[in-house]
Amino acid sequence: MNKDILLCGVGGQGTVLASKLIASAAMRNNQTVHSAETIGMAQRGGSVTSHVRIGDNAYSPLIPFGSADIILAFEPAEAVRNLQYLKKDGIVIVNSIPVKPVTESLQNTGYDGVEMIDYLKKKCSSVIVVNAEEICKAAGSSKVFNVAILGVAVGTGKLGLSRDSIISEIKDRVKEKFIQINMIAFEKGEQIGANYEIK
Amino acid sequence: MQREYVMGNGAIALGALAAGVNLVSGYPGTPSSEIIETIQKYKGDDVYLEWSVNEKAAMEVAAGAAYTGARTMVTMKQVGLNVASDPLMSLAYVGVKGGMVIVSADDPGPISSQTEQDTRMFAEFARIPVFDPTSPEEAYQMIQDAFDYSEKYNTPVLFRPTTRVCHAYASIEVKDEYKAKKFEGFVKDSKKWVIFPRLSYNNHMMIEKRNISIGNDFSEYCMNTVTGSGKKAVFASGISYAYVKEYLRDRTDVALVKIATPYPFPEKLVIPVLREAEEVICFEELSPYIETQLQRIAGVYNIPVKILGKTTGNGRLAGENTSDYAAYEISKFLGETLPESTDLSDAPSLPVRPPVLCAGCPHRASFYAVKKAMAGKKAYFCGDIGCYTLGNAMPLDMTDTCLCMGAGITMAQGFSHLDKDGVAFSFTGDSTFFASGMTGVVNAVYNEADMILCILDNSTTAMTGHQPHPGTGINMMGDVIEKVDIVKILEGIGVKIIKIVNPFELEEAVNAVKECAAAPGVKAIIFKSPCIALFRPLKKAVITDKCIQCKKCIKEIGCPAIIIENGKVSIDNSLCTGCGLCSKVCPVKAIGGVDNE
Repeated sequence: MNKDILLCGVGGQGTVLASKLIASAAMRNNQTVHSAETIGMAQRGGSVTSHVRIGDNAYSPLIPFGSADIILAFEPAEAVRNLQYLKKDGIVIVNSIPVKPVTESLQNTGYDGVEMIDYLKKKCSSVIVVNAEEICKAAGSSKVFNVAILGVAVGTGKLGLSRDSIISEIKDRVKEKFIQINMIAFEKGEQIGANYEIK
Repeated sequence: MQREYVMGNGAIALGALAAGVNLVSGYPGTPSSEIIETIQKYKGDDVYLEWSVNEKAAMEVAAGAAYTGARTMVTMKQVGLNVASDPLMSLAYVGVKGGMVIVSADDPGPISSQTEQDTRMFAEFARIPVFDPTSPEEAYQMIQDAFDYSEKYNTPVLFRPTTRVCHAYASIEVKDEYKAKKFEGFVKDSKKWVIFPRLSYNNHMMIEKRNISIGNDFSEYCMNTVTGSGKKAVFASGISYAYVKEYLRDRTDVALVKIATPYPFPEKLVIPVLREAEEVICFEELSPYIETQLQRIAGVYNIPVKILGKTTGNGRLAGENTSDYAAYEISKFLGETLPESTDLSDAPSLPVRPPVLCAGCPHRASFYAVKKAMAGKKAYFCGDIGCYTLGNAMPLDMTDTCLCMGAGITMAQGFSHLDKDGVAFSFTGDSTFFASGMTGVVNAVYNEADMILCILDNSTTAMTGHQPHPGTGINMMGDVIEKVDIVKILEGIGVKIIKIVNPFELEEAVNAVKECAAAPGVKAIIFKSPCIALFRPLKKAVITDKCIQCKKCIKEIGCPAIIIENGKVSIDNSLCTGCGLCSKVCPVKAIGGVDNE
């Protein structure tokens, strides 16, 4: 079965590691995987995306509009920016905490992400809102949201990858002293995903 | 044998190793940089690898080695090929003995480049073959073929992936061990290896005839393909082919032609397709290269076929293609309708996110020091290529010009010779200084310019992913070398005033700029502080209750770690590196938590 997963956020938020974890978990299951990342100048605080395509039915590394099964958004406005990629009944998992660009602080337009979350809820059938600050606080590190959001996706049962396959990848790719906090974050996310009723 | 999930650039590197490459050289440039980094990871002791000082040097190192019969690869981004074009144009005439592949990665968009130039055009200009892969998997095989063709015809060949191939990931079968080619060594023959007008004339004649043979050869090359057939045909190359496939999938009612070798064009392969078709569309990025080839062939062979593409308004003239744009153009071409997409026109306005200097970046402090020192005075700020191009962003607004690698220094001279009232500054990074800044300084000293040369030395090539350079003390063979010293270079050239400052010592830095601005001649200030991505301090700034909410910190330095939360200035702890620049800007000393509170 094919799965198109789009990860989006702001340079520096850890979308690349999350996409690598998904891709290598799928490879571990002997599935065909393609992906594409934003690299270069945009990494310095710009909008970034990772496209992960699992299955044999993908010809290009980039997901076409209207095809993503899941959008994992690390930032509210970035979810809206990439919404055109989402399938009709696709799922959006979104962090409610905004990243405010310098231009925003200079002009002070009051961007706080709330309007974005409201719009997502209006447009999509399944929107799981996750508060990264709460999860990171519970896990004791500001750097674990990328693993937590994977937990949410696994929890929904719609990622098409097993819990164990993702956990094995985390254990392989994360430094040993950080595995425990990442596991806490993953499980917190997993609960949120499991409690959400997909429409 | 095992499968590994690698980037397109990784696939190119592994393919070159599988082809037995003996020597690889290059200069970093997005989207090409990871090729050399992957070679370093997988190569055996029998492969020589270097980051060269610039693309011209890299090309010449690889050319010399290829004269010995060894297989060589040189990597760069498309604008790097401009730098290397002097040796390339001559090398095309002289030819090589061992296979030599020049990887020049194009950047449609452009996503991280100055230009949208097309390496396929460069190949035609230089009269050498070019290969254009559509995916990482194909790149892995195609680069091996490129080495074979190079050796078969004794010519350097170009290999041009684009960003979306370079940065796409796929799984590739990785060999357990790579063996470099056994080669004969250089055989002296000045009639062959020394370029003279007579040799150039003879070889030019030979090359024009040979390229016709290569075109015929390429018509049978397995990567140039025709699938399906019909009155309508689609021609595509590179990643654009993948986008077209995404729409057409396995349909056979339309002819789909993949051009893997745009030059010399596989003419014999496409003539039957053009004869059968009534209408064809070319879907490609950058220049309408395939399109003009088809127009030429239709003209020469008198084939009555309608050719659509960029020149007829059926393709984007600039920017990159996407699957969705392919679906739009190809469906229109085939008279089909696309399913309706969700209407998102009512979306709230989105925050713009131009790239900015990282929180804690020493370049911000350097620019701010110059800005403070020159406040109210007339000055020109000539920027250059690297992270510090981002000094153009508000509120710093400290980059008046940016053209190409090294141009900041020489353009500042241009200003200085014509405007004696304004102070001309150039801003150059350490890697850029070695790449193409040094000759500019010689030019400035020799021609008695009045200017201030600011070297932003963060001890790395930051923008492209932290590659080492001559000033870092290590090279790609893993050897620790004596650092090439920028100060000694400047002294040797004859720069009389050379200041070395830590940009975070703001007052000292400002004074150094003022002093230099008052002195005649060429002056240099080396702002020395390492890239925070390499050496991240652990302190965090803290906004204390002394803060009067004047927002001067935000308005002056525009650090992404200073944000407004609930209407108040606050610090984003996940970004702050505790550099302390904001605490020095604050008029009421309200920012603490850093060394200089």
